[in-house]
Amino acid sequence: MELTNDHIKQRLTEKFGEQVTHFTEPYGLLTFEAPKEMNLKVLQFLYDDPELKFKFLTDLQAVHYPNDAGRELAVVYHLHNMTDNVRLRFKIFTDIAVPDVFTATQLFASANWMERETYDFFGVNFVGHPNLKRILNVDEMDYFPMRKEYPLEDQTRSDKDDEMFGRGGTI
Amino acid sequence: MKCLEEEEQFKARVMTEELLQHPKEQNIKLPEGSIEKETTTLNLGPTHPATHGVFQNILEVDGERVISAESTVGYIHRAFEKIAERRPLYQITPLTDRLNYCSSPINNMGWHTTCEKLLGIEMPKRVDYLRVIIMELARTADHIICNSVIGVDTGALSVFLYVMQYRELIYEIWEEICGSRLTTNIGRIGGFERNFNATAWQKLERFLKEFPKALKEFENLLQRNRIFIDRTVGAGPISAERALNYGFTGPNLRATGVDYDVRVHTPYCSYQDFEFNIPVGTTGDVYDRWLVRNQEMWESLKIIEQAYRKIQEFKGADAEVYHANVPEYYLPPKNEVYTTIEALIWHFKIIMGETNIPAGEVWHSVEGANGELGFYLISDGGRSPYRLHFRRPCFVYYQAYPELIKDAMLADAVVVMSSLNLIAGEMDA
Repeated sequence: MELTNDHIKQRLTEKFGEQVTHFTEPYGLLTFEAPKEMNLKVLQFLYDDPELKFKFLTDLQAVHYPNDAGRELAVVYHLHNMTDNVRLRFKIFTDIAVPDVFTATQLFASANWMERETYDFFGVNFVGHPNLKRILNVDEMDYFPMRKEYPLEDQTRSDKDDEMFGRGGTI
Repeated sequence: MKCLEEEEQFKARVMTEELLQHPKEQNIKLPEGSIEKETTTLNLGPTHPATHGVFQNILEVDGERVISAESTVGYIHRAFEKIAERRPLYQITPLTDRLNYCSSPINNMGWHTTCEKLLGIEMPKRVDYLRVIIMELARTADHIICNSVIGVDTGALSVFLYVMQYRELIYEIWEEICGSRLTTNIGRIGGFERNFNATAWQKLERFLKEFPKALKEFENLLQRNRIFIDRTVGAGPISAERALNYGFTGPNLRATGVDYDVRVHTPYCSYQDFEFNIPVGTTGDVYDRWLVRNQEMWESLKIIEQAYRKIQEFKGADAEVYHANVPEYYLPPKNEVYTTIEALIWHFKIIMGETNIPAGEVWHSVEGANGELGFYLISDGGRSPYRLHFRRPCFVYYQAYPELIKDAMLADAVVVMSSLNLIAGEMDA
């Protein structure tokens, strides 16, 4: 039987009920959310289930939404079922004040450096990670540069009116 | 007083040295009966001829045997993802050049196709085929380097010098199309900046005529070479299961026997119109990786020839198509910019990055020369991406390196590294 997005969705709701939410399919890729405490349970289920078999972690990264109080940081997993060639995207949201998320390194060896990178740039604290330290930035850095409060260009410059060229604002 | 100061300075220096050193697993005690009492720490990199790029490996060696390894990357981190959050889409293409700079066109095309997916642009077939030619040339150029460098690291320099002139032919084709050679910035969102000219086609024909002979000879020099086989068979093997768990993709994964290729599994740029095989290995060692890449070059040649023939079949107006009709993103021809107001407005808007891109969330991946190159683009409807993440294949699989070289000889560690096709620019983004 073909593994369709609807079927995956059905399997997930059977297992986790109300806890998996926000099912969407942007550009055909099944996307959903779960509470952050559930991330390992969901990943493990997707990995072990004989029908779903999402055994390949394609990518893991974070996104910062500074205006979304209590859900500032999103950690996004892109998973791939190579047997049926189906992908899905799974998101968890965390408070930026307590950015603790369980590590997926027990399940995927590839998550090790991806989580280090995510920690390095967003400060997501992966609980249980064997070696959570900075990877691309210098060890002495004391902030998380990909967060939106660090603008790329100096916002205080007055000699240059970026507003005219679509570069104004805080993004 | 002076003495105290000196002492403090000395302390500070020792502190820094301590910080620089690996915190644990250094100078591991060796069991009774070993010649040495403890392992020696050896730095392979950050600048070392064997790393072929800027990254460091701290090896713990017992004589010539590697006991453990730790990799440090990030020496050439340039914050592309951050920069991309303030750039209109077309200005991000030159950033992608600098990921895997041995095959920049694949990164460029990957980025263009990502944008086209977000914008919902339908591409003409001829443009797809032109892109396929460019991408397969890039794959060939990348594999030429990687495979011949494996030769260099096993002591065969001549093969490297011999095939390097064919990479030059590929660079000349690109030069004819986009004007640059290494960091190409080739193509635009919506097509190519100009049609391939007659010289480009001639150079492509010359390449297709001359390269197979050279590749055959290259193959003959290494494939059944006793010394090469002795050095590479059984070096740095990995099982398919471990490779998948480590996020291997591309030739390194295929060398373990998994026939995963993005070109076939999620075709982009009309790859479904082409007939080609996915070469796979069995043991995932250096020799298998070499063989897979070598075979892939033959497959790439097949694809280029098919694309070339398909392009010849276009007649009349279709034979001149080299871009889609997307005035919001594709720069109008210069003569129109100077003579018509509409073209001038589009030109201005594009160059100043004044076009809003639709809100959306796109994942798109292409088969890069060393693995699955993914783009995760989130747009909130502004003029630049809200978030852009590159899935860089060699960043993901390089973490397997300590496991691959555990208990191997130091010389094998070097060969394993070059067989993984690690590109520092891609690792550090």
